[in-house]
Amino acid sequence: MAAGVAAWLPFARAAAIGWMPVANLPMPVAPTEKNKKQDELIVLNVSGRRFQTWKNTLDRYPDTLLGSSEKEFFYNEETKEYFFDRDPDVFRSVLNFYRTGKLHYPRYECILSYDEELAFFGIVPEIIGDCCYEEYKDRKRENAERLMDDQEDNKDSKLPNMTFRETMWRAFENPQTSTMALVFYYVTGFFIAVSVMTNVVETVPCGSVPNQKEVPCGERYTVAFFCMDTACVMIFTVEYLMRLYAAPNRYRFMRSVMSIIDVVAILPYYIGLVMTDNEDVSGAFVTLRVFRVFRIFKFSRHSQGLRILGYTLKSCASELGFLLFSLTMAIIIFATVMFYAEKGSSSSKFTSIPASFWYTIVTMTTLGYGDMVPKTIAGKIFGSICSLSGVLVIALPVPVIVSNFSRIYHQNQRADKRRAQKKARLARIRLTKTESSSAFLHSKRNGLFNESSTKEEQHLGKSSSLLESQHHHLLHCLEKTTVRDLKIVIHVLAIVVQAPSLFFFFAVVVLQINTIRLCSSPFILTRVCNKLSHLDIRMTQG
Amino acid sequence: MGLVVGTFSVQSKPVNFHKDNADDDFEMTVVCHRPEGLDKLEAQTNFNKRELQVLYRGFKNECPSGAVNEDTFKQIYSQFFPHGDKWTDKCYASTYAHYLFNAFDTGHTGSIKFEDFVTALSILLRGSVTEKLQWTFNLYDINRDGYINKEEMMDIVRAIYDMMGKFTYPVLKTDAPKQHVDAFFQKMDKNRDGVVTLDEFILSCQEDENIMRSLQLFENVI
Repeated sequence: MAAGVAAWLPFARAAAIGWMPVANLPMPVAPTEKNKKQDELIVLNVSGRRFQTWKNTLDRYPDTLLGSSEKEFFYNEETKEYFFDRDPDVFRSVLNFYRTGKLHYPRYECILSYDEELAFFGIVPEIIGDCCYEEYKDRKRENAERLMDDQEDNKDSKLPNMTFRETMWRAFENPQTSTMALVFYYVTGFFIAVSVMTNVVETVPCGSVPNQKEVPCGERYTVAFFCMDTACVMIFTVEYLMRLYAAPNRYRFMRSVMSIIDVVAILPYYIGLVMTDNEDVSGAFVTLRVFRVFRIFKFSRHSQGLRILGYTLKSCASELGFLLFSLTMAIIIFATVMFYAEKGSSSSKFTSIPASFWYTIVTMTTLGYGDMVPKTIAGKIFGSICSLSGVLVIALPVPVIVSNFSRIYHQNQRADKRRAQKKARLARIRLTKTESSSAFLHSKRNGLFNESSTKEEQHLGKSSSLLESQHHHLLHCLEKTTVRDLKIVIHVLAIVVQAPSLFFFFAVVVLQINTIRLCSSPFILTRVCNKLSHLDIRMTQG
Repeated sequence: MGLVVGTFSVQSKPVNFHKDNADDDFEMTVVCHRPEGLDKLEAQTNFNKRELQVLYRGFKNECPSGAVNEDTFKQIYSQFFPHGDKWTDKCYASTYAHYLFNAFDTGHTGSIKFEDFVTALSILLRGSVTEKLQWTFNLYDINRDGYINKEEMMDIVRAIYDMMGKFTYPVLKTDAPKQHVDAFFQKMDKNRDGVVTLDEFILSCQEDENIMRSLQLFENVI
């Protein structure tokens, strides 16, 4: 039931009096309200901006933070208001949702911050109204794609204890990981190029044996070409088998497009090996050689642009389908018209409607070979209409495909740029961290943690924040416990991590250190050291 | 080919153009109605100022223009009952809502304003027994001739049964409304003349314990 309609429930109940005289049975007892309070105003203080609304408005959605008793956790006794330390701009949309029953997504808002606010207030994003839902979903999709790109980069970090198979698969998928992979990548690329070149050169006529017409090079230097072909196919087979072995999911790999292309590229050679003697089938064998050209598609593993093109065509399948359909319709119509228009003229090339198809296609794509030309006046008129409309029909779906390609291409460019920028950014961040990581060692050198230090010296060190000093103290305790000194460079920066969670974490670690004093078992020591390294990792990531 | 189609379509364009203009003018006029003052309404009805405020806020939220037309009324009312048939797109509660609308719209203006709304609610929730029964009689008397005959009663009872929707237990038999109406007339029609007048109605209802008790049921709704 919609929120606003709840206000009309008293009316619906009152109207039920209309059924009473008709009813034969006694009515059930009406529910009574226990404590019927007058409707009161609630003040919501969000980062200083005060919002006020009726309590009833918030009660409309009892499964959200503001509608349930969860908001009592944020109640401020002194000022008699609910205080939320959140973004007041996004809160506007949240409160409007209670008022109107519709959740809107403001376009200028970052999608992540909006999602966070919604999650905080317990509102499911699916109820965003139709007016803003498309925009929301688009932004969400863009963000997810960007995250996926970033995740792919993070996967480069080497996980410990990877089996040989996993290493191989990672090497195949991402040639930048190791030098071996890079070498392999270039070698296969080279052999693909060589194989394609030999296929092409095979058919070039090179020199003539006397008393015979020109022979193509393939027939002249059969042995050489055969050896070249064998070498290439050998490399491709080995590569395919290695990929098959390394693939984590073999069935899925065998069904993937690239693996099918690999198989189709090397199959003609093996089929040729098997059936060299049979004369009848050799004709079919010759046509099979055509499939060797598929080797050129293996380049798509090496070229990102090709992959983008393939992806674009796949994503524009419907536009391409429409283009094809409309073209077919137009071709049939015009071919029929031209056939009947040219039927009268003698020695006309338009012998049948399928024969006119060729003329129509050539005219609509503005090729105009001139091998078939209309001679009658009617034929010429319709021919001109045909060529004019051809331009239109072809020009219509093309911008859609182009814009799709442009979007995907730019996305990829952006991903590459981000990757390059990320390296530079990380380097800069590391620089600032190393500057302050010596803070701990500095303070130690200045003797601030001396047991015998006086109160005044401790006061002098108050320039660092309380959190920082607490952190230093913790590390110092660890040093004292293990009777060792921390020589590794600790990234002490990044107190951007929320203080309360840090505090809780510290409490846990301090507890563990205290237990060390009681029972200094090496096992617990190693656990504490692990925790410390985790702290380090967490801080670098924060 | 596209051009051929295009030349034909250009011809028919001027005809549509004028019609669009007229439509635009019609949509620009939005009816906006404001109710009479709070004091006046307080004097006319049995509600106090606070209750009127709560009622008006709910009313204005659903109908910002200040008046409810029949479609909106049916929509609002249907939200409280099983929703209608998805295939024929008919709401189950729409027939009864139609009769309710006519009962609320005392001035027969085609839209319910806040005054009508509040007046009717005042009778239903805070009125005397006689007033309530009078209002109900008004609801049943569809053609407002002062008599309830069997056809009108059949319509009302069928509308009430329709509100239950298609899936009830036990399944609704086709003659159940008729039996109900016969029983009703048996009870109400004192002089057996085939119609029920206001006095007969009020008298019969006051004799029935169940009806009297159920009329007091909704007194504390606000």
